[in-house]
Amino acid sequence: MARAIVQVPAQAKRGEIIEIKTLIGHTMETGFRHNDRGELIPRDIIRLFVCTYNGVEVFRAELHPAVSANPLLIFPTVATESGTLEFRWTGDNGFSAVRSAKVEVS
Amino acid sequence: MISRRAFLAAAGGAALAAAGAPARATQAAVDEAVRALTGGAEVRKGRVKLDVPPLIDNGNAVAAVVSVDSPMTEADHVRSIHLFAPGNPLPVMLGVFLGPRAGRARITTRLRVADSQTLSAIAQLSDGSFWSDSVSVVVTIAACTEDR
Amino acid sequence: MSVRLLLLLLLLAAAAARAEIPLAERRSGYAFMGRDTRAMQDDDAVNPATLWVLDGEELWRRKAGAAGESCADCHALERMRGVAARYPAVRGGELVSLEQQVNVCRVERQKARAFGYESRELLSLGALIGRQSRGMPIAVEMTPQTRPYLEAGRALFERREGQLNLACSQCHDERWGEKLGGAPIPQAHPTGYPIYRLEWQSLGSLERRLRNCMIGIRAEPYAWGAREAVELELYLMWRARGMPLETPAVRP
Repeated sequence: MARAIVQVPAQAKRGEIIEIKTLIGHTMETGFRHNDRGELIPRDIIRLFVCTYNGVEVFRAELHPAVSANPLLIFPTVATESGTLEFRWTGDNGFSAVRSAKVEVS
Repeated sequence: MISRRAFLAAAGGAALAAAGAPARATQAAVDEAVRALTGGAEVRKGRVKLDVPPLIDNGNAVAAVVSVDSPMTEADHVRSIHLFAPGNPLPVMLGVFLGPRAGRARITTRLRVADSQTLSAIAQLSDGSFWSDSVSVVVTIAACTEDR
Repeated sequence: MSVRLLLLLLLLAAAAARAEIPLAERRSGYAFMGRDTRAMQDDDAVNPATLWVLDGEELWRRKAGAAGESCADCHALERMRGVAARYPAVRGGELVSLEQQVNVCRVERQKARAFGYESRELLSLGALIGRQSRGMPIAVEMTPQTRPYLEAGRALFERREGQLNLACSQCHDERWGEKLGGAPIPQAHPTGYPIYRLEWQSLGSLERRLRNCMIGIRAEPYAWGAREAVELELYLMWRARGMPLETPAVRP
């Protein structure tokens, strides 16, 4: 299972803008490097990151090889209601990882 | 393995053509990428702020904060922000899609910058307009690595 | 050559050879990094090295080997505080690095196979154990036991090597703060190992970093875990004694 760190405040006030930090382990092989034998190492990257909030998409990112290894994405969202934030990364070679975090909104 | 610096050193040369990998995107590729986003609409400077260190410790991981001056309401918000690197093999680095649920148009990430160049960010607003910012960066090459 | 000229030359040579950095002027590699790289280290949530620390936590609890025991079965993680700050150390009459000590436990206590140098497991455990000493002063000391290894390590640090015929001390004692190809030369204190090196785009050990230095001066790197490598590490840690450990650090 891919390693990932997700930081979401456990509690927030309704309407408050909260900051979400996500970091996932992935080499993000660009497809432009060569191995010792001079052969091109094929591209292998995360292509898409989607964050949903109680099932509604609130943030999406399309990643290209220029995103650094172990991709970091920090983005805001409005704390609208208590519930679950789900984070999904997908990419080349069937890569898929999911994390979730709960937020209590009062 | 060809090191990043050997890769850059051969940029534009026959050796690189043989390797089959471009060191720098062509101007046509950059223009095409921007056109794919804007449909040829005007891109105005302003409202966007691309914050990248002018002098980079290592081109493998460049901290980038992009923000757009926008109320992020249903009526007036940022739909997307795209980052471009004309000096990289591929012109598009990242595209993020926001909307009023974001509350604020500001994202942070880390990017690979292949060589000293001018990076740019283009934001599309809910009214269909495009705004941009650009930053010139200098990439220094690390000493004492696996290759040299 | 006159005797006076010879004496003057010898005096200059001696002064240049012993240009050690005064204790109060020592600075971690952290001080030579840009603001954003430092921010990457300062926040565990954005430091990629944290991914290895998390792996380390899982490995710490995993039962292994014929003995079917985990690290946690013998060592409470809280009790590992201060350990990384004291390595390399003389254990059983021999100088060992922290990685080598982990493998001693693997083979002799857990009755499992040793982890390879620079393997993900060994790096993750190194990051986890090192993390327990974060903020603590590096505590490698000059004792009758460590002295011969320290002298050997110092000799390696001051010895010219490689096709470029350079000694570590020439860059890191005498020219720190100056530029090498656009990048500032740090003082070379191992204040945060294992580190997430931006150049590697991965976590790596002090030994890997030293190999990079040696390749940089076109010298043959020591074999993994070689006596010289551990003696040099010991000297570097002693040279950095008292400086706080930042493990796991980020470096360019």
